[in-house]
Amino acid sequence: MNTGKAIKFGDDINTDIISPPQYMELGIEESAKYAMSALDPDFAEKAKENPILVAGKNFGSGSSRETSPLSLKYLGVKVIVAEFFARIFYRNCINVGLLVVECKEAARICTGDELLIDFLAGQIKNLTTGEMYACSRIPEHLICLIEAGGLVNYLKEEGS
Amino acid sequence: MSEKILAHASGQREVSAGDIVWARVDRAMMDDILGPRVEIAQHMKEIKDQVWDPEKVVIISDHYTPPASIHQAEIVKFTRDWAREHGIRQYFEFVGPCHQIMAEHGFIRPGSIVVGTDSHTCMGGALGAFATGIGSTEMMGVLIKGIIWLRVPETIRVIWEGRLPEYVMAKDISLKTIGTIGHAGATYKAVEYVGNGIRNLPVDERMAISNMAVEMGAKVGLMEPDDKIRKFLEEHGVREGVQKEDYALKSDEDAVFCETFSFHVRDLKPMVACPHQVDNVTEAVNVAGTPVNQAYIGSCTGGRYHDLLMAARLLNGRKVAKGVRLLVSPASDEIWRRADRDGLLHILAEAGAVVLGPTCGVCVGLHSGMIAAGENCISSSNRNFIGRMGSREAGIYLASPLTVAASALTGCITDPREVI
Repeated sequence: MNTGKAIKFGDDINTDIISPPQYMELGIEESAKYAMSALDPDFAEKAKENPILVAGKNFGSGSSRETSPLSLKYLGVKVIVAEFFARIFYRNCINVGLLVVECKEAARICTGDELLIDFLAGQIKNLTTGEMYACSRIPEHLICLIEAGGLVNYLKEEGS
Repeated sequence: MSEKILAHASGQREVSAGDIVWARVDRAMMDDILGPRVEIAQHMKEIKDQVWDPEKVVIISDHYTPPASIHQAEIVKFTRDWAREHGIRQYFEFVGPCHQIMAEHGFIRPGSIVVGTDSHTCMGGALGAFATGIGSTEMMGVLIKGIIWLRVPETIRVIWEGRLPEYVMAKDISLKTIGTIGHAGATYKAVEYVGNGIRNLPVDERMAISNMAVEMGAKVGLMEPDDKIRKFLEEHGVREGVQKEDYALKSDEDAVFCETFSFHVRDLKPMVACPHQVDNVTEAVNVAGTPVNQAYIGSCTGGRYHDLLMAARLLNGRKVAKGVRLLVSPASDEIWRRADRDGLLHILAEAGAVVLGPTCGVCVGLHSGMIAAGENCISSSNRNFIGRMGSREAGIYLASPLTVAASALTGCITDPREVI
């Protein structure tokens, strides 16, 4: 279960937008400030108040750079809701412990909407509008992995 | 083809689309920008700081070479030191974009599994390898265990027939295909390029197509290996270790494809992908006249010998338009030297090009040629995402090396047929 305010973007948000290559030589703490800046220069500030990033089709297309999900996670994004995700980005999110759910009706959500996401049941409740949307369920073994904070922590916990 | 390779790599008789398999990795490649420094080095120390098989790991510093800042220099140094400390003998620096180096050094073989921390790893599909890009944490798992879980993908078949006329190149095939299938049209899927339109192409040109499979969201961009591939690999030192059947790898007659697209090159015109999406594709004539400030011939997509040859033929004895900077970065040290020996670099320089070292810098806006607000760059590289080469208020147009050269000549986007 996850709750919070949404911040909304469109289709085909690629990895050059999420983590602009010019800043990647800096550490995540520094480079994350520029996440999404091509579309919204204040995103880094807004993400603190709006931990649910909502987008359209093909979120995270392009590069295999893990700096993209790491930057979003660092800025306080807890969940990404999109119609669907690009392949490598989706896998990277799970591996670094960032929740990703697919929702066909993501377009109905607006910036500022308060959402309640039940990723076990596969349901999103829009507390602002009262609407309910179906979303993809996350299998329990992946939730363990995400809740541990990603694959590395999961493996460490498993080892101990 | 994917099913055959993955069945072999996972030790099963057969597998089908949708199955999850644990595949044995034949080569794991890391670069500098997304290599050991991102998550891998730190976390491997905490779990197991030993690579499963150092001979199967290749590390290539290519993005931050030559370094344009102290940060970049430190990342390259870190990468080099990490490689040495972990017994990775196959470490390369400043010799060109990783995918070209992987191909030229014989690290990519038909029927093998190749993973790399760069999305254009799918270029290896031109040599018949199941080659795909992965994230850093995923790579850490591979480095420790030597295996990776993969979902066997469905396959989209793309058929190209015919022989290319002199004014179109493989890049036009690539852009036309991406424009048709769309930026997300092959997400999670394999793309298989077949037909005599592909077989007729030299190996250099095939790579320009498989390289961009990821621009449709694809996991791999496969082509059937043949004698041209065998010859390419033999010329690059691969004489053993590839089975005869690997060179005959192809889909069965009754293989199932989720979609099939058919094209003929006689209908193909020079194409351009307009800002800011790779599938925003149109014929060059439709955007002819758009002013160009920078023209770039280079990268793992468009900086091979054949690309330089075509550009040099067009520019021979001519001069680049005033106010246009034409940058050329051969895709490897080998290509650089061969193009130099054969006089291509001389022709390009005489025409007004600045010949750079082999590097990723310009393509991904890290050094050597950034663009300002209001400027346009026409480029033979692979992505035109907003802000990639510099200012988010700049425009990137993707095209073949011929179209880039023609545009450099006139100072605006130009169909090469206008100037050939």
